[in-house]
Amino acid sequence: MSAETDVELRGVTKRFEDVVAVDGLDLTIRRGEFLSLLGPSGCGKTTTLRLIAGFEQPDEGELLIGGRDVAGLPPYKRDVNTVFQSYALFPHMTVLDNVAYGLKQRGLRGAKREQKAREALELVRLPQLAVRKPRQLSGGQQQRVALARALVMEPRVLLLDEPLGALDLKVRKELQIELKRIQSQVGITFVYVTHDQEEALAMSDRVVVMNVGRIEQLGSPREVYDAPATRFVADFIGDTNFIERDGATFAVRPERISISRNGAAGLGGEVVTAMVVGPAMQCLVRTDDGQEVLVRQQRQGLDEDDAPREGERVVLTWAEDAALPLTTYPTGGTG
Amino acid sequence: MAGKRALGAWTALVYLFLYAPIVVVIVYAFNGGRQVLNWGGFSTKWFGAALDDPTITEPFTNSLLVAAGNAVIACVLGTALALALPRMRPWLRLPLDALVYMTLVTPEIVFGISALIFFVQAGNWLGLGSILGLKTILIAHVVFNASVVALIVRARFVGMGQTLEEASYDLGAGRVATFRQVTLPALAPAVLAGGLLAFTFSFDDFITSFFVSGAGSTTLPLRIFSSLRFGVSPIINAAAVMILAVTLAAVVLAYLVLRRSEQGRRRATPVPGL
Repeated sequence: MSAETDVELRGVTKRFEDVVAVDGLDLTIRRGEFLSLLGPSGCGKTTTLRLIAGFEQPDEGELLIGGRDVAGLPPYKRDVNTVFQSYALFPHMTVLDNVAYGLKQRGLRGAKREQKAREALELVRLPQLAVRKPRQLSGGQQQRVALARALVMEPRVLLLDEPLGALDLKVRKELQIELKRIQSQVGITFVYVTHDQEEALAMSDRVVVMNVGRIEQLGSPREVYDAPATRFVADFIGDTNFIERDGATFAVRPERISISRNGAAGLGGEVVTAMVVGPAMQCLVRTDDGQEVLVRQQRQGLDEDDAPREGERVVLTWAEDAALPLTTYPTGGTG
Repeated sequence: MAGKRALGAWTALVYLFLYAPIVVVIVYAFNGGRQVLNWGGFSTKWFGAALDDPTITEPFTNSLLVAAGNAVIACVLGTALALALPRMRPWLRLPLDALVYMTLVTPEIVFGISALIFFVQAGNWLGLGSILGLKTILIAHVVFNASVVALIVRARFVGMGQTLEEASYDLGAGRVATFRQVTLPALAPAVLAGGLLAFTFSFDDFITSFFVSGAGSTTLPLRIFSSLRFGVSPIINAAAVMILAVTLAAVVLAYLVLRRSEQGRRRATPVPGL
């Protein structure tokens, strides 16, 4: 195990009665990286996180944190801390006492403890709320406090279990940026569980796409988006058209298809719907051989008066490298 | 309209039927006359007389002692049960669960007789003779009230979820530290409310106490019942009103404690900033 590795899972399996939640998982988490575990609900991402945290114990395999086998170690003896989706702030304590709680368990006392807790609150930009009770805070503020409470422990790895899942879209976007800033500031390894692919792609250094307890693909956001390894990944990350042509199936992103009124070499069809979705123009085209294909164009630089209308005949074309032939993929996932 | 009025009248009748006897007792507790049912002007002298009468004050003290002791023990046992039940495996949890509910639905008279037989047998078997007294009343009350506390605390414990405890473990606190600093404080309102209810159930209990009391161990409800043989004196009305006052105060307190903690959980007043 190299010095750059913080967590390593070797063939980790976890079953709940007869359901296999995590199935022989191999995963190496690098020091200081922002790694997302991404997948639909029930894919095993949260169980993986709970295994690292110590809330669950694996049925098979090895789990190493900082090079040390943590089999059987309870959460309070592991050098990791967790931020929960439900915040899990202690309702009967003030914000400051919440943040200082872990330091208190370590035996840190008095002014030193309070000073470290206040620094952590400054890190999440809430020093003015130290004396409030959690119930007097908004959801976004509560999650910042929970983040400070975990970060003040200076763990080797910070585990985040859908931390923004219960928040409004606007607050979520703000906190995404905030989390990214904090992570680069403190340099702690973040393991981030989410089902929101946009969130995972925007924030992560590497993304682990999971399905039914296994890893479908592990790679940078760009790799996962541009070169999905399986049909499941292509389908789960972003929108994808699966187009049958010449006996093979191709995965083509909607934004990589060009739409025109005439053109010889292409897929002919008829526009079923055309609508404006924020910054993009989106057309659903039914091809002559009966397939439905989604096409997305940026509205900027587009002559909207000349845009395709419903019922019009069009021809679809795309660059050769935009179409990923699916026959070469290993058969994994559901898709 | 007529239907609505009839319904209103009916409701009034029902309430009259339920509460008129209690109102009569309260009103006549302030009766200045010697006869129970002959109004002799307003007076609080019977309260004074009741509090001067050792045959009233002694059972009153007994009742308070039993009720308070019962509340404390029931809180400890009931809370322990409430915390243990959700963690048990089903084959152990289901029968224990059933037992908790059984103590609540068993007719009190059946429970009273069973308790009496049990204590007499136990006394003989231990060679102590009759052990009936305040202690046996206390034990019998705890059996019932531990279940009451367990149900109230458990509802709160289940509502609280595991996450608070997990967060505490995650931050380095072991099991005992977590229980002391997180679990118990979070459950405190429910424990307190359960204790207050246990207090009232014990304080005004008659049937169970009647069976398991011994000579010289009279509680206030027993004392009032026995005095009926000599006819109701205004002093008894005053004693009854005092029972009512203590019981109502405890129930209202329990209600307020539970309501306040519920509100606290629901209320989220966002602060400007985010």
